[in-house]
Amino acid sequence: MQFGIFTVGDVTPDPTTGREPTEHERIKAILTIAQKAEEVGLDVFALGEHHNPPFIPSSPTTMLGYIAAKTEKLILSTSTTLITTNDPVKIAEDFATLQHISDGRTDIMLGRGNTGPVYPWFGQDIRQGIPLAIEHYALLNRLFREDVVDWSGKFRTPLQGFTATPRPLDDVPPFVWHGSIRSPEIAEQAAFYGDGFFANNIFWPKEHYMRLIGYYRQRFEHYGHGTAAQAIVGLGGQAFIRKNSQDAKDEFRPYFDQAPVYGNGPSMEEFTEQTPLTVGSPQEVIDRYASMRDYYGDYQRQLFLMDHAGLPLKTVLEQLDILGEEVVPVLRKELAVNRPAEVPDAPTHASLLAAKKTRDAAAAEQQLVSQEA
Amino acid sequence: MAERTIAVISAGLSKPSSTRLLADRLGDAAARRLIERGDTVKVEVIELRDLAHDITNNLLTGFPSSQLESAIEKVLTADGVIAVTPIFTASYNGLFKSFFDIIEPGSLIDMPVLLAATGGTARHSLAIDYALRPLFAYLHADVASTGVFASTDDWGSDEDGVKPLPERIDRAAEELVGLVTRSTRSKVLHDPWALPAGFRPNGPAGLE
Repeated sequence: MQFGIFTVGDVTPDPTTGREPTEHERIKAILTIAQKAEEVGLDVFALGEHHNPPFIPSSPTTMLGYIAAKTEKLILSTSTTLITTNDPVKIAEDFATLQHISDGRTDIMLGRGNTGPVYPWFGQDIRQGIPLAIEHYALLNRLFREDVVDWSGKFRTPLQGFTATPRPLDDVPPFVWHGSIRSPEIAEQAAFYGDGFFANNIFWPKEHYMRLIGYYRQRFEHYGHGTAAQAIVGLGGQAFIRKNSQDAKDEFRPYFDQAPVYGNGPSMEEFTEQTPLTVGSPQEVIDRYASMRDYYGDYQRQLFLMDHAGLPLKTVLEQLDILGEEVVPVLRKELAVNRPAEVPDAPTHASLLAAKKTRDAAAAEQQLVSQEA
Repeated sequence: MAERTIAVISAGLSKPSSTRLLADRLGDAAARRLIERGDTVKVEVIELRDLAHDITNNLLTGFPSSQLESAIEKVLTADGVIAVTPIFTASYNGLFKSFFDIIEPGSLIDMPVLLAATGGTARHSLAIDYALRPLFAYLHADVASTGVFASTDDWGSDEDGVKPLPERIDRAAEELVGLVTRSTRSKVLHDPWALPAGFRPNGPAGLE
């Protein structure tokens, strides 16, 4: 089971002081936060991609490349990489490069993006969001696996004899997650390829995600990648933690009340009841997230959104200390209890490389047998 | 002969409201006619006032509370809808529009609908036709040609001696029942998880 954090990279004024960090400060803060994630024992850091203010991560692999150099074990991922408006060729190049720089500590979470104008800014049409996601990924998947690609589709100029360089590290493509809030097409796509499925989980009630994840698991089995229980599921989450529950609520409330996404809407109490946002003591956060598998089945990756809504860097780092030291170690233990043996861990470069070696050895043996015969 | 559900949506803001009063009259009139035909009828009333906070929250967060979700579900699974709003500033009120704004696009296609509105004077009666009717045309609902407008005077002396309110209610209910009994919408399975026809998860443009 992997635990980590994901960020959207918003520049938001601190509602308690009115102070807005500069873009420079925010970029540096995110780099600090990622390094802190490794320091406190988290497994994954995922960075969003946006092309409009108030967000800063328009060039995720630049930032992830720096983080790769500053860390040893942290897996670098995205939340999400826009498969619709990016050229799949550029995604293949950027992430294969990052894979080499990070010695394999790279995976990708693909998403469509829901900011209307970003599509026309990049020459696309939001009404084609799903067809773009399907076609672009079909190409990306081949660019990662085939040395020479001939390809033509509806959205991109054709390729003849194209080789994406560098080739993936050890000829093992980075593992891909597909993120979706509501589209069965994307769950179907993830299941078809045997890729991971990430349910953002933080904006909708659990019943909605239970249906979406249930659908993905069922289709994963249908496409022959394993049983439904073996499908690779990731979940988003959100917490604000202090030793005393009431302190957490008091401190987080002004941030919640004016948060860009849900501010001035439901009360913090309503929102924490309806979504996985948990504001309270370490034990409350542990209890909430230990129960997620009751709804979604045993899963592979839990990411938390910790640095948004204008929370100052100092607070975020304190939150990561609590998350890494008091919450995640207990969750690791609790989620290991009664976890069926058949449920795999999230694929990593090491596990995918080992699987490839086993496959290659079996193929070589097969060839030897047929030569002898 | 059939089990049918009529969803009655009232966007009245006061309690009690004349909008709810008109909504109940229309619901009763439609139910009576269906029962006369031998149907079993359930009338589900959705008071938008009770859901006003949830509706605003849904506009801001993008998802419904469980209470709001169940109200939306009642509307979408009904065999016919009676939609009633007070006329504010020359149109339906904001609460009424907000409720329809959060319903998934396309989910009211072919739904039999009866439109009704209340207002201070009969001068607002055309709002049904220039404001409500285009909204439901956009939603591709199957709308009864008669809309019922009740002004304050309609509840007292028969302001309209030729076509008093009860007659207008009867006529509209008759039309709605006609639409409901002819409709095949309820027999079609609505699967929000169905993939589009021809969808292929690895095809060019996601198609076969």
